Amino acid sequence: MAKVEAMMPWKDVPLGGTILEPGNARKFKTGDWRSKIRPVTDKEKCIKCGMCWIFCPDMAYTHREDGYFDWNGDYCKGCGICAKECPKDAITMVAEEE
Amino acid sequence: MAKRVGMEVSISISEAVKLANVDVISAYPITPQTHIVEHLSEFVSDGELHSAFVPVESEHSAMSAALGASAVGARTFTATSSQGLALMHEIMYLAASMRLPVVMSVVNRALSSPINIWNDLSDIMAERDSGWIQVFAINGQEAYDLTLQAFKIAEDPRVLLPVAVNLDGFILSHVIEPIELFEQKEVDPFLPPYQPVLRLDPEKPVSMGAFGSPEVFIEVKKQVEEALIGSQKVVAEVWKDFGQRYGRVYKPVESYQTKGAETILITMGSITETAMMAIDALREKGRQVGLVHIRLWRPFPFKEFLQAIKGAKTVAVLDRALSPGGVGGPVGLEVKSALFGKEERPYVAEFVAGLGGRDLTVETFIEVLDKAEKYSQKQKDFQYELIGVREK
Ligand code: SF4
Ligand code: SF4
Repeated sequence: MAKVEAMMPWKDVPLGGTILEPGNARKFKTGDWRSKIRPVTDKEKCIKCGMCWIFCPDMAYTHREDGYFDWNGDYCKGCGICAKECPKDAITMVAEEE
Repeated sequence: MAKRVGMEVSISISEAVKLANVDVISAYPITPQTHIVEHLSEFVSDGELHSAFVPVESEHSAMSAALGASAVGARTFTATSSQGLALMHEIMYLAASMRLPVVMSVVNRALSSPINIWNDLSDIMAERDSGWIQVFAINGQEAYDLTLQAFKIAEDPRVLLPVAVNLDGFILSHVIEPIELFEQKEVDPFLPPYQPVLRLDPEKPVSMGAFGSPEVFIEVKKQVEEALIGSQKVVAEVWKDFGQRYGRVYKPVESYQTKGAETILITMGSITETAMMAIDALREKGRQVGLVHIRLWRPFPFKEFLQAIKGAKTVAVLDRALSPGGVGGPVGLEVKSALFGKEERPYVAEFVAGLGGRDLTVETFIEVLDKAEKYSQKQKDFQYELIGVREK
């Protein structure tokens, strides 16, 4: 399990467990329980449409300056949605080593 | 000065909600709560109350919409009964844990089956552990007053918890009682607008009701527990303030004819006034009996309760809900827990009665008190007795 950065005494927890810092889920890295497969993009086939980025339920893709999308193993669960949704079949799910 | 009028109790509650100037009402109609929200929707459509009225498609949505409204900082009201409250169950816990000061009228009605629209306390007792502040009215005036007070208690920055104001279905909700109604100008100084501590605001984004892993869950629950226990102090302050302004004094537990009482009956809700008549009848015959009724159910006022029953040899508890397979009803369970470990403690006789609207008369309370004294003399070892059930 990823280390939680929210270990604080109960009196310091913001009211009702409210999260005061937008987007801090980024600090909570969950990629370590990914199914033992991950997506690999073939840039030759990619048309930079962004479907993988839109559909990924874990926001594991980030948009690069050159238009391609970078994959991030800190959050990817290996669900395969991006590979399924890619209109150009540019994404292949490949087995990961232990 | 406040005027006293004959009015259906449900209507008076909508009058109280109107005086509280709520921003959002989200509700779904269910018998016997219907008149409260119907009347509020009329106020809104007639332009007498400037609130958003959200006519949702279920109670689950009613409570969810109430949470959303409260989260942006709106003063929020809803009302329900029975199956409707059961459908809210999941969201009830969220309201408390997310510290959203929603106020709700719970017009108490039995949970099915058999399908039954009449009064008992099984609906709210299933929400006992939801983290809500829970108060019980014994008459129409109390239902009206407690509704107004509920906003002030819930929204206090030291509390920030939802409040359920309980009133018995039909027995209270549908009867016409003399009620002292306030003028807006009398209420405004008592109940200023809600000032949220934290709210959903696009200028200052926060996330409410987020994920809480095992590492943080207990800490959030501890906060809620401390806020709930701590709310008793605020409840007392609000009731004191209310008493000083308007002359009606509220306490977490109330005593009736308990001076020198050897046997004390414990009640909650509208049965209390009938029980008082039974106490009067027995007192006239020279019996040393008294009554204690619990107004503040959560947080449970242990200190005040123990003080109120001090000196009694026998305590008879009348529960209007059953915990099947347990020791009777929730009130009896609480009373026994409060006494456990005390060196001097009275004999407790637990009775369950009046389920699904079965009438509770003066005679019922006399029967209960007689039985309690008899069992106490024999120190009868029993869990509880179901009153009025036909064996043949
Ligand atoms: S496999 Fe699933 S989680 Fe991983 S990047 Fe693709 S869509 Fe996102
Ligand atoms: S969905 Fe396929 S084609 Fe579109 S950006 Fe992602 S990898 Fe490229």
